[in-house]
Amino acid sequence: MKLHLKVWRQAGPQDAGRFENHTVEGVTPDMSFLEMLDVLNNKLLAQGKPTIAFDHDCREGICGSCSMMINGRAHGPTRGTTCQTYMRNFTDGQTVVIEPWRARAFPVMCDLVVDRSAFDRIQQAGGYVSVNTGGAPDGNCLPVPKDNAEKAMDAAQCIGCGACVAACKNASAMLFVAAKVSHLGLLPQGQPERSRRVLAMVAKMDEEGFGNCTNQYECEAVCPKAISADFIARMNRDQIGSTLIPAE
Amino acid sequence: MQLESRAPTGPLAEKWDRCKMEMKLVNPANKRKYHVLVVGTGLAGGSCAASLAELGYNVSVFCYQDSPRRAHSIAAQGGINAAKNYRNDGDSVERLFLDTIKGGDYRSREANVYRLAQVSRNIIDQCVAQGVPFAREYGGQLDNRSFGGAQVSRTFYCRGQTGQQLLLGAYSSLNRQIAQGRVKSHPRHEMLDLVMVNGVARGIIVRDMVTGQIERHSGDAVVLATGGYGPVFYLSTNAKGCNVTATFRAYRRGALFANPCFTQIHPTCIPVTGDYQSKLTLMSESLRNDGRIWVPKTPADKRRPDAIPEGERDYFLERKYPSYGNLAPRDISSRAAKEACDAGLGVGDGGRGVYLDFADAIRRLGEPTIRERYGNLFEMYEHITGENPYKVPMRIYPAVHYCMGGLWVDYRLMSNIPGLFVLGEANFSDHGANRLGASALMQGLADGYFVAPYTITDYLAGVKPGAGTDLPEFAEAEAKVGGIMKRLQDARGKTSAQVFHRELGKMVWDECGMARSRASLEKLLRAIPDIRERFWKDVSVPATAGGMNQGLEYAGRVADLIDFAEVLATDALTREESCGAHFREEYQTEDGEAARNDAEYSFVSAWQNGGEGNAPVLHREHLKYEFVKPSVRSYK
Ligand SMILES: Cc1cc2nc3c(=O)[nH]c(=O)nc-3n(C[C@H](O)[C@H](O)[C@H](O)COP(=O)(O)OP(=O)(O)OC[C@H]3O[C@@H](n4cnc5c(N)ncnc54)[C@H](O)[C@@H]3O)c2cc1C
Ligand code: SF4
Ligand code: FES
Repeated sequence: MKLHLKVWRQAGPQDAGRFENHTVEGVTPDMSFLEMLDVLNNKLLAQGKPTIAFDHDCREGICGSCSMMINGRAHGPTRGTTCQTYMRNFTDGQTVVIEPWRARAFPVMCDLVVDRSAFDRIQQAGGYVSVNTGGAPDGNCLPVPKDNAEKAMDAAQCIGCGACVAACKNASAMLFVAAKVSHLGLLPQGQPERSRRVLAMVAKMDEEGFGNCTNQYECEAVCPKAISADFIARMNRDQIGSTLIPAE
Repeated sequence: MQLESRAPTGPLAEKWDRCKMEMKLVNPANKRKYHVLVVGTGLAGGSCAASLAELGYNVSVFCYQDSPRRAHSIAAQGGINAAKNYRNDGDSVERLFLDTIKGGDYRSREANVYRLAQVSRNIIDQCVAQGVPFAREYGGQLDNRSFGGAQVSRTFYCRGQTGQQLLLGAYSSLNRQIAQGRVKSHPRHEMLDLVMVNGVARGIIVRDMVTGQIERHSGDAVVLATGGYGPVFYLSTNAKGCNVTATFRAYRRGALFANPCFTQIHPTCIPVTGDYQSKLTLMSESLRNDGRIWVPKTPADKRRPDAIPEGERDYFLERKYPSYGNLAPRDISSRAAKEACDAGLGVGDGGRGVYLDFADAIRRLGEPTIRERYGNLFEMYEHITGENPYKVPMRIYPAVHYCMGGLWVDYRLMSNIPGLFVLGEANFSDHGANRLGASALMQGLADGYFVAPYTITDYLAGVKPGAGTDLPEFAEAEAKVGGIMKRLQDARGKTSAQVFHRELGKMVWDECGMARSRASLEKLLRAIPDIRERFWKDVSVPATAGGMNQGLEYAGRVADLIDFAEVLATDALTREESCGAHFREEYQTEDGEAARNDAEYSFVSAWQNGGEGNAPVLHREHLKYEFVKPSVRSYK
């Protein structure tokens, strides 16, 4: 297979950036999208040119590093991460446009690499149970109904990739924050700080410059872990409930 | 050099308590005068950094990813062991200890392994308290599954994403400390050297991977929790960024590298498909709870798997190891798969694969149960191979997965360099020659939550806080790091580091993989200098306009992997026995099992850098078995 790539190149945060055209030959259906880019990067190296920078690590869909807009869709044509996108989903001679996530809260650092540290800061604002190491009671002291545990796990699966933000026309981080808030909110361990957590995390999200949610559901459509937008409704209820109850 | 394990004397069950009583404390008001540098934010580093900060120390953490949450612990699938005996199936601290010692083929320290089994219980409690969503039963109690090398069910899990959830737990504790200002996080920073002042670890040199700036950081103790060196084989289940750089550069500064030849090959991975392939994907060992492994009885049988009748299939693990069956330990299962493929019985293109078949389990339990247990793993398999494992058996083949070897540490997890602590997969400590499934997560968290906070405190109690970076030792290390990067860029060659990496990895896999021999290792040792020479002449590392330069980062790691491969091969050559994952073809029993040699090799090999151009120097820590009697490991 032969592909024509239009790749976003940007030397640094201050650089204006532009598309660069490349052709990659010898692409096979079993190759992952990132392996196809490896081939291109090796070609660039042989010519003494700087490689295309992109974030990646586990290459198995779990670390959440990889993050590319492929033909206008976050993580490409199939459900799953960029690293788990296989070339069997492209056709010979196709033109593929590759861009970084675009969002005010995710500034581009270099080529396809963006700064997602805003996600870390949202979690620092309250995405934890305040418990120190040592002295925890026996794990079975606190029974958790199976259904709650499963639902908490559905939310906890979020890999923090940011595709939800990239896909949203408002660059809203609601799906990500809702997943985080719901994971702990569904478990007994998360109850004492439930109100404080949701208020702090939502406030931080706004402060970081993410947009509002206008129920477009683009986030849910691209989320590689199929996080349900129902968690957003759940968080909204939590938030309203928390503003009505005076702070602890 | 005399290697002192510093393991306390006395009865096994009392050693750790005794050690805790003997260790010194630091007064709460003084703790904030100390600064600890923690490199690595996986289970080991993340848990250690959070726990130290909770105690009141100032901590700086470093990782090469863009967030601490992305450390490779995130990829662990199957579960974490703990001797809770919630099943009432006869588990206990003693049994977990014995299973781990035996699983490691009697090449680990008794005292360490016992402590690991003891604190395993606290780990589960701690993680539950943090809100880790472990699988539950209908009564709300914690659920368990079985893993290889054990006859009890002691593995706790979060679907197929246990590592992710445990890491997010540690990361949440870390975040709480970051918010409180006691931890400073430095993501996208790569450690490139260890700084020693008067023979003591005092700091590190890192490169800011965004700006390209070289930075100095000083601390009163340095913790390396930088994971394993699997990528020395190029293809492995490790993340692309996993590297040996942090530990190897510490080795160059005098830290001893222990048992590098003990590398684990995991039996259940998706087979290799093409030359461009950049990594291998693990299919969790938990699948062996319900999947049955088989190959056709006749070589080169091209029939579809469902067209091969029962009588013409060889369920070789069930046949050879009836009491453990498909749950035989990893080293044994991997070798059995290799033997079957070597005999021409392998399946799939190229014949390097065996079936992992769920048809019986689906018939017995129904598809929904299998989906609930392994849904995400089946999905991942289908994504990668384009085949539906609910309908056709998975094809699997062994792949490099875990490194038992690592920097040498004593019982207190301190290396031979005072002030340098090594945690998690980066040390060599608890798994001997082979690790049991679900025990790495346990060890990482044991080290970070429950061991290092005590032992680092004891160390700090004896040092005066505050050194600063304005010392000639920092300047020297910084210049050295700059020199390596300049040399890489000045090569101005035509070949990418990946090409050299792939060549190195293929050679290490072929000559020092699932089986090794004197001849293959000598061949490998002859070939490495040649790769090294070509690498430095022909590697291409272009300058970039901005500070970010992924080509430069990668080339530096490959350079270290090439040098490290020499230490690994030397270790494999010197250990003239077969034990655990180290299978020397010359040393096997009549039926092809590993022939261990306790009389001559019951020791830890700890390698000291011999200096530029010289072979590494071997030091031995002899293993004393006071409580268990090493026996022939049998899973029959
Ligand atoms: C696919 C897979 C599945 C697994 N499944 C299981 C399982 O089910 N059960 C089990 O018990 N074990 C499992 N393991 C093993 C286990 O996950 C690892 O051994 C363990 O998580 C290692 O943790 P760690 O904290 O030591 O290192 P890691 O999690 O690898 O963390 C290393 C850290 O060091 C940092 N680092 C590395 N080098 C540098 C440098 N030079 N400069 C700065 N930072 C650096 C990284 O950024 C990272 O933060 C699995 C492993 C793999 C690969
Ligand atoms: S919610 Fe989904 S898309 Fe958003 S960060 Fe999490 S995993 Fe990625
Ligand atoms: S590289 Fe880890 S999710 Fe894609």
